[in-house]
Amino acid sequence: MSTDGAAPAAKVEIRSLSRSFDGLDVIRDLSLEVREHEFVSILGPSGSGKSTTFSVLTGALAPSAGEVLVDGRPLGRRRDQFAYMPQKDALLPWRRIIDNLTLGLEVMGVRRPEARRRVRPLLETFGLAGFERAYPFQLSGGMRQRAALLRTVVQDRGVLLLDEPFGALDALTRAQMQQWIEEVRGRHQWTVLLITHDVREAIFLSDRIYVFSPRPASVLACVDVPLPRPRTIETLTDPAFTRIEAELLGTLLQRG
Amino acid sequence: MTAQKVVGDQALPDSGVALPRRPRAVRRLARGVPSLVIVAALLAGWQIYAVTGNLGTDVLPSPAKVASEGWAHRAELWDNTLPTLRATFAGFALSLVVGFALSVLIDASAVARRALLPLLVVTQTLPLIAIAPLVVLWFGFALLPKVLIVALVTFFPITVGLVEGYAATDRDSEVLLRTMGAGRWRIFRTLRVPTALPFFFAGLRIAITYAVVAAIFAEYAGATSGLGIYMQNAKNSFRTDLVLATVAVSSALTLVLFGLTYVVERLVTPWVHLARRQGRAS
Repeated sequence: MSTDGAAPAAKVEIRSLSRSFDGLDVIRDLSLEVREHEFVSILGPSGSGKSTTFSVLTGALAPSAGEVLVDGRPLGRRRDQFAYMPQKDALLPWRRIIDNLTLGLEVMGVRRPEARRRVRPLLETFGLAGFERAYPFQLSGGMRQRAALLRTVVQDRGVLLLDEPFGALDALTRAQMQQWIEEVRGRHQWTVLLITHDVREAIFLSDRIYVFSPRPASVLACVDVPLPRPRTIETLTDPAFTRIEAELLGTLLQRG
Repeated sequence: MTAQKVVGDQALPDSGVALPRRPRAVRRLARGVPSLVIVAALLAGWQIYAVTGNLGTDVLPSPAKVASEGWAHRAELWDNTLPTLRATFAGFALSLVVGFALSVLIDASAVARRALLPLLVVTQTLPLIAIAPLVVLWFGFALLPKVLIVALVTFFPITVGLVEGYAATDRDSEVLLRTMGAGRWRIFRTLRVPTALPFFFAGLRIAITYAVVAAIFAEYAGATSGLGIYMQNAKNSFRTDLVLATVAVSSALTLVLFGLTYVVERLVTPWVHLARRQGRAS
């Protein structure tokens, strides 16, 4: 509660982070921040160390240098600050949807009835009402992805880490998911850090975008997205949208 | 039979053409027809050869004689089936416990894996014909030596199935569970064991086909009752028909146990069956 200084401290702050594997630098001197209720995207070429950054945040990897602050305090060995959603939905095929949704809570030690009680009010919003008893293979790609997101959200940790969550979806489903996320995020005031390599997805969803360089990853550019919310189909044709898209593509292609 | 749009509880793929299909139970029976025809043909050939040839019933009794004599001695056969079944079940239960325990050890530690796996393979190279009498010599004529022999013969496919199954665990799911704060034991039971179940059942089916034969073999090596002993006595009194009747009983036992693995598998891993059925339907 007692954060010194008047300016609102960042929810997450990565300071001069570096990470190498066997002498090979994957991340070099990377800094970024995410404020409370903000939607921030990391945009970068594949293999640029985006996922390694997430591994540091979830505690799977220790930094070689630099530090991560959450609510102004060093992350240290805390592993309960981020809720992670992997690229593939990673729903367990032998668990019914309801049991997949409660998985994170169960692992955290919440009893099953209580875990279900917390999941239920969210089913409607996530378009999963009536599918609690289904197995994952019985759901469409979009529904599986929403289930994976619900499983992440219900863990009720400070920040959502989404690792290319729509990468495997077809273009139409993907567009639907983006609009849906925009709508739900606004209502629930989530704090999100998203990895993507889709420029338009990043602009449509984000308050701010960090463009990563190819390996070793560092921040090439930090672009604010001042488009009004809630964003809709019309946002996509807003001149400001197009201008930001051109700027981002310019930055990415220049270095490629 | 008239064409119908919906079969059983599944809609047909919308091809525009409604295919005439029989109910699932009939289809399933129909699938068994080729193997039944083969068996019937073999029995018929055997019957003809046994009746027309000059071999004598102590050398080659006809299948009809085997069946009628088997039926006539059904009480004795049944009395001797029970001890064999008991040895089979007890041995198989021990095999499951030991097989699972070994798989856990091998999965948990690379050292245990290197130490145990070669040893386990060696146990499978032992000639049973030499080992079985020794086991009887060491552990007597009661249930224990049979249980040990059945377990020795059947644990290996179970262990291998489980070990390979654990190794098939999805990396992403493991990473995910770790971000949720799961420790090793939690990951093992929430992720690795369910992943291994289909592999386990494959191993279980291989194992169960050896189980009854192993029990009979153990009885052959020394017992007071059981199908193995009954078989031996029948052979010694030149009752080839009864030997073959006992063989038929033992085959039937194995077939029933084999079928049971499917029932258990469906109860334990319902999602596998459902996914397979959906895969066929689409």
